[in-house]
Amino acid sequence: MRDVYVIGCGMTKFGEIWESSFRDLFVEAGLKAIKDAGVDHLDSMYVGTMTSGLFIGQEHVGALMADYLGMAPIPAVRVESACCSSGMALRMGFLDIASGNSDVVLAGGVEKMNDGADVTYALSTAADQEYEVYQGITFPGLYALIARAHMNKYGTTRKQLAQVAVKNHHNGSMNPNAQFPREVTLEQVMNATLVADPLTILDSSPVSDGGACVILASEEIAKKLQKPMIKIIGSGAATDFLALHQREDITALKAVKVSAERAYKMAGVKPSDIDIAEVHDCFTIAEICILEELGFCEKGQGGKFTEQGHTSLEGKIPVNTSGGLKSKGHPVGATGVAQVIEVVEQLSGKAGQRQVKNVKIGLAQNMGGSGASSVTHIFSLM
Amino acid sequence: MPSPRYRREMPQRYRLEAGKCKGCGKIFFPPRLICNKCSSQNFEKVTLPENGKIITFTIIRVAPQQFEAEVPYAIAIVELENGVRITTQVVDCDPEKLEIGNSVKLVFRKVQAEGKTGIILYGYKAVLV
Ligand SMILES: [Zn+2]
Repeated sequence: MRDVYVIGCGMTKFGEIWESSFRDLFVEAGLKAIKDAGVDHLDSMYVGTMTSGLFIGQEHVGALMADYLGMAPIPAVRVESACCSSGMALRMGFLDIASGNSDVVLAGGVEKMNDGADVTYALSTAADQEYEVYQGITFPGLYALIARAHMNKYGTTRKQLAQVAVKNHHNGSMNPNAQFPREVTLEQVMNATLVADPLTILDSSPVSDGGACVILASEEIAKKLQKPMIKIIGSGAATDFLALHQREDITALKAVKVSAERAYKMAGVKPSDIDIAEVHDCFTIAEICILEELGFCEKGQGGKFTEQGHTSLEGKIPVNTSGGLKSKGHPVGATGVAQVIEVVEQLSGKAGQRQVKNVKIGLAQNMGGSGASSVTHIFSLM
Repeated sequence: MPSPRYRREMPQRYRLEAGKCKGCGKIFFPPRLICNKCSSQNFEKVTLPENGKIITFTIIRVAPQQFEAEVPYAIAIVELENGVRITTQVVDCDPEKLEIGNSVKLVFRKVQAEGKTGIILYGYKAVLV
């Protein structure tokens, strides 16, 4: 396999972007990434979107975006794995270059969630339609089932859940692309309107529009650009039972654990080597479980680990320096690549007020549904 | 949910039919064509027990359109007496008073309706015992 580098990044602001269409969000991010990379062509592209068909009635997204990016007739295909669609699109781009098939690839994602669709229903299609959704479950509901089981089994507290939101909003308050760049307090999170007990609206990531793209390239091309060399040193993906109730341990996100183990193995690094991580905090409980599955702390200790401040900007492993899905926003199909953009900015020393010192190795973890798919990438400043 | 899909799932929903792997004995609900534990493709039809206990639950306060009239409602993962787990509403109770470990029994109920004038969709829900 050939080495693969990230040579350019571009994203839109995340939020309720009424004035931009689905295609415009993607093309805006794509053009920014192409300009940032300084390349004059693409060999292929991969577009992540979860459910553009339900959100805006548009499928055939690979061709649409290649067309509007002015790149047709390059090969372009949509990649779907629910909320980790663009994390998986990145992996497809990585494999395309690693295999020697392409030299310059665009990997991106986009979602337009605020155009009038039944968002709760559209998102719930990532769960088991016949045996979960049929009964009336929702996505906040699935994570609430995990949260209550985690609290019952490990003594995780309501306050520890809230601390994830407080930390991520603090980080997001310094991110100009964030949907909700403002601080929240523990009391605000805990006393906010309940969505699915014990989770409140402030435990949940928002409904967002947005696009995010990166340009990947072979070593030969990356070397000519005279900028920081950021290499993808690990890529791992995994799956699990689709329905939460079929998993032996309701509090375990096995696909996250396996995807991370695969990425660590390829990269030849251990959890303690990671300097910063962007993880899939679609709900506060998700970040707590992911900390455990990535090996940053012991199983069951994610809440305590957060409470002790280890994941804050000054902690031993700053997590979600961008503000995470929670504060930055979660246009589902764009999230995975937006996470990668934060890791690249931290590695390049361009993260502004939220810059962490001496970042050499960063990790991005993106997952689908209630954790039935996950993809983990590890990046190194060479 | 389109009607043909619903009809196909009726044996599982109406009669709680599951598939027991003849290779390793694992019981699958809904039935599957291949066992993920031993890869056997031989199954026998078994009926799930109606009794079980709540292993985790939530109260849904923001629902998709077809359940909007019912909020707040409780949904639990219930472990049945033979170890099979299902996701189900827990009804005829005060959701605020539910606890992990509560004993429940599955009953036959209307679950939702297909659109405003569509067919009524039945299935299982749980009640406290
Ligand atoms: Zn078997």
